[in-house]
Amino acid sequence: MVQYSTARLDASFAALSDATRRGVLEQLESGDASVTELAETFRMTLTGMKKHIGVLEQAGLVTTEKVGRVRTCRLGLRGLGEEAAWIDARRKIWSARFDALDDVVEALIRKENIDGSENG
Amino acid sequence: MGLRMGDGRTSVERTSERELVVKRMFDAPVRLVFDAWTKPELFKLWWAPKSHGVPIISCEMDVRTGGGYRIAFGHDASSAMAFFGKYLEVSPLARIVWTNDEGDEGAVTTVTFEEIDGRTLLVLQELYPSKEGLDEAFVGMEDVMPEQFDQLDELLISLGAGV
Repeated sequence: MVQYSTARLDASFAALSDATRRGVLEQLESGDASVTELAETFRMTLTGMKKHIGVLEQAGLVTTEKVGRVRTCRLGLRGLGEEAAWIDARRKIWSARFDALDDVVEALIRKENIDGSENG
Repeated sequence: MGLRMGDGRTSVERTSERELVVKRMFDAPVRLVFDAWTKPELFKLWWAPKSHGVPIISCEMDVRTGGGYRIAFGHDASSAMAFFGKYLEVSPLARIVWTNDEGDEGAVTTVTFEEIDGRTLLVLQELYPSKEGLDEAFVGMEDVMPEQFDQLDELLISLGAGV
């Protein structure tokens, strides 16, 4: 199976633990944006946004490039593949388990219906 | 987002570095879902589905606050692996909290049942003592090759057909 790098996961989950940073990633999905634009969109100071971008950049989720006086942010190439795979592996386990639980409760419902019609 | 993933029915979210939350809606009233969770003869029919690869050999559950459980998985008694712990809280039709005591990094699991228009919203939360505990939980389990699970299929079919 895929081996997940714990350090990278830590950095990514820390980066993703903040609502503003998740918002920035969503924003960047629709296109690149400058730090100034992002600060305006999320109504925060340029300094505050620079800190958020720094955390996302460290986690490899965002890359930045400075051209002239404008620093442009875009989604990192690595994206969320690793985190998505980690979550998806757990989702598969629980999904399979709960599908089986579905079958059990459906059988219980059928049993009740049969018992009910027999008794009624 | 990578923190959360759903397939329309089961959603799984890592809500913090130590915490995983699983949600699922069941098309059945709470009392049936609760029964399936608390009666060993029903529990063992679904807790180890095919994709887990390893069937349940034995299932002892004393589902009450302070009670304990022990579930053994394996293909035979010699290779069996036991999972055990105790119930910290059992509130009928509402909430079960249990420990997972087989390792140092075991989670405390809380499952809540809420009935909504005859259906049941199940929310399961696993809180690990450390982020490593959660990072590594289940690793390898999805890896095991499915074997000997025809018998579970047969059980589920016979349960459905026999009632």
